[in-house]
Amino acid sequence: MEIRWHILLIIIGASIVTLIPRVLPLMVLSRINIPDWAMRWLSYVPVAVMAALVGEELLLVDGKFSSFQNHIELIAAAPTFLTAILTRSLLGTVLVGIVSVMLLRMFL
Amino acid sequence: MQENIQLHKQDVNIREDSFLQGVKDCIPTLLGYLSIGFAAGVVGNTSGLSIVEITLMSLLIYAGSAQFIVSGMIASHGSPASIILTVFIVNLRHLLLSAALSPYFSRLTPVKTLLIGSLLTDETFGVAINKTTNKNHLSEKWMHGLNITAYLNWIVATLAGAFLGQWITNPEKFGLDFALPAMFIGLLVIQIVSRGKFTKDIVVAISAVVIVLGTSFFLSGSMAIIAATVIAATLGMVVEKWK
Repeated sequence: MEIRWHILLIIIGASIVTLIPRVLPLMVLSRINIPDWAMRWLSYVPVAVMAALVGEELLLVDGKFSSFQNHIELIAAAPTFLTAILTRSLLGTVLVGIVSVMLLRMFL
Repeated sequence: MQENIQLHKQDVNIREDSFLQGVKDCIPTLLGYLSIGFAAGVVGNTSGLSIVEITLMSLLIYAGSAQFIVSGMIASHGSPASIILTVFIVNLRHLLLSAALSPYFSRLTPVKTLLIGSLLTDETFGVAINKTTNKNHLSEKWMHGLNITAYLNWIVATLAGAFLGQWITNPEKFGLDFALPAMFIGLLVIQIVSRGKFTKDIVVAISAVVIVLGTSFFLSGSMAIIAATVIAATLGMVVEKWK
């Protein structure tokens, strides 16, 4: 139950470099008028970043493209996508995803 | 009668924007946070971090990917400077999330936006941006409700992971590691379905995935995410300008 000083240093440093990108655009950009083209660009950021994260999670192993090594995750992605499209429920999607992976690992 | 309807309308409006509604809108993400936070606690524990250190990390850093990296690099005796630099690069994508939310908080003072931004995560961003459909601003109270619920849940989850980590040998057996990808799938699909820019969004999404795969050969995972986001969003902007 102790805090070592070099660990504390790492935690404080890491928290500062995490905080800055989180708050800076919100603090600066919300003060100024953003031009139309930039607004249009920003409107595509959510879809782009979420798709990139999904791609990374499903298709990369340790940050490298692995020629579809994650069989179970890829199969489980089908019912997960379907649930999201049909129900638009985040909780339902997460539950179907987890249960699909659990069942696939049991039987494959 | 007229007055009654008016009052009722106002009531609904208040509830939509309230702190409590923010708490409720956070509920679907809790399971994902719980499993990832739990895993982060377990990893911290196996890296030799004390429970106080793990808790401090969740309180101050509050970012899953960063906490996994810190634990891993401490275990492999990385230097403080290299650990902090890696965390910085991994979390650069928050710049884009924060920028994308900024138009919806244009009425707030810098101190208030600081409070909102400091608890911004991939998941709370996803919930918030899905809330912006047909709106030009978001409620500050609602955002705090969402953020604080997610934050407390994360701290509880990492603490539980740190305590129970010693007895859990295989969390993957229960599919819990799939909570995060499943949550991103849900946020992506809900975003595309609710925006009504179906074709353009699909083009942007597919390009983002292709760019992540392509750049992963020479960029680290987090830089690949940033490159894919910037290029795919630019593509979306250009395609929209053409039509």
